[in-house]
Amino acid sequence: MDPEITEITVLPGRDKNGMQETFDRIVIRPGETLSIVGPTGSGKSALIGDIEIFAREDTATGRTVLVNGGMPPEDLVRDPSKKPVALITQNTKCLADLTVQEFLSMHVRSRRIERDGIVAETIALANEFTGEEITAGARMTALSGGQTRSLMVADAITIGNTPIIILDEVENAGIFKDRVIETLRAYGKAVIFVTHDPLVSLMCDRRIVMRNGTVTKIIERDGEEEKALAAIRKMDGILSALRERIRAGESITEAAFAS
Amino acid sequence: MKLIVIAGPPSAGKTAVVRQIVRNLRATAAIAYLKIDVVRAFEDEELKEEFGIPARKVYSGDLCPDHAGIMVMRDAIAWAAGEGADILIVESAGLCLRCSPYLTQSLGIVVISAVSGTHAPLKMGPMIALADVAVVTRIDLVSQAEKEVFRERILEVAPGIEIVETNALQGTGMRYLIRRIEETGEIEDEDTIEVRGVPPLGVCTICVGKKEIGWQRHFGVVRKLDSADWIFRGD
Repeated sequence: MDPEITEITVLPGRDKNGMQETFDRIVIRPGETLSIVGPTGSGKSALIGDIEIFAREDTATGRTVLVNGGMPPEDLVRDPSKKPVALITQNTKCLADLTVQEFLSMHVRSRRIERDGIVAETIALANEFTGEEITAGARMTALSGGQTRSLMVADAITIGNTPIIILDEVENAGIFKDRVIETLRAYGKAVIFVTHDPLVSLMCDRRIVMRNGTVTKIIERDGEEEKALAAIRKMDGILSALRERIRAGESITEAAFAS
Repeated sequence: MKLIVIAGPPSAGKTAVVRQIVRNLRATAAIAYLKIDVVRAFEDEELKEEFGIPARKVYSGDLCPDHAGIMVMRDAIAWAAGEGADILIVESAGLCLRCSPYLTQSLGIVVISAVSGTHAPLKMGPMIALADVAVVTRIDLVSQAEKEVFRERILEVAPGIEIVETNALQGTGMRYLIRRIEETGEIEDEDTIEVRGVPPLGVCTICVGKKEIGWQRHFGVVRKLDSADWIFRGD
């Protein structure tokens, strides 16, 4: 197996006006969760792009991204099966016209994984992230957006065994985001969310605030926002339950926020 | 002067890759560009306008575009040299999977879109097998599993090929292609440049104007549906 990834380090570059960024370094370790927030055009995608390709002052931002404190070896950057970062976006698609079982088996074969039951385990894990059940015989191309992303996250955890997972604005896609975060934490994954979602932002250990192409602030989860987080979690639960009931065709006759 | 031949199916992103090459290298090298296409092409005008580089096109019309490319290649090298170019990029029409347009004394690049499906590399044969570098575009759009399998399939067709995965619009991963171009040698002797591939077995009777269907109506090397063997029919 490849050497273990203990940390990824982002070194500063320049903002959109060419000014040096003010943060010293951002270090991401397994088990940590990080959110990236900021208005459209503030540089969120550029930041995850830098991480995804291990920038070395050769991107528009001029940032450098290190693995375990040094320049990553080339095969780690170039071979997707060795790359320690999996990026899942709203645009990420499964194009293969295969069943879920065949699709995951294809990935298992390409990784030369011998362990029995890994496909079933992946499907079971994916089903923890979505309310719409994914079956082994379903066709990949017929899955909903939420099912697809749930399966991709599960695939990155089990078959991909990727230490760092970047999720780019996937919160509105019908997945149980709090369960995704808890599960990824439990598996010791480092997770980076690009998000506008209050629950996801506040659940993360750190929140990186972007503006004008640069990191302007890093907010640590230090307990100050816990009350707000509890309230957001409750509201999110109410909305999720309502969503399921509307999906089931129910009339919502009582005051929804009465509880 | 260095020669780069770029092939790949239509809409794979060949011109997006050319743009990235020009963007990355124009500060250090004078680049000339030739597009070979069948009936319409706009890439030369776009590149000329965007980067101010010498660029032109040739329409193959009723000729096979790879054939046309070979015919004009020496003139093209002379034209680029006359323009003072350090690098000549020739972009093929990207139609034929049989006779890939790669040449000796040059860098052959095949551009394939990751969204073309995991079987695509297996179907493309010589277009991949005879190239030096495979640039896989739209890598940002496909799932992790498909990324990995796509790469394996390319290596199955061409075990020694260098693979560069990119989102060519943003230029991710291009550093490896640029490095390979920088390492590419100059044309040593244009009189000895040859096509890398093996020419087709038979001369096409359709190409010389016989429009009937069925092997019974044709001559030379023909084949039947239920036989993988070639038959020679005629004198």
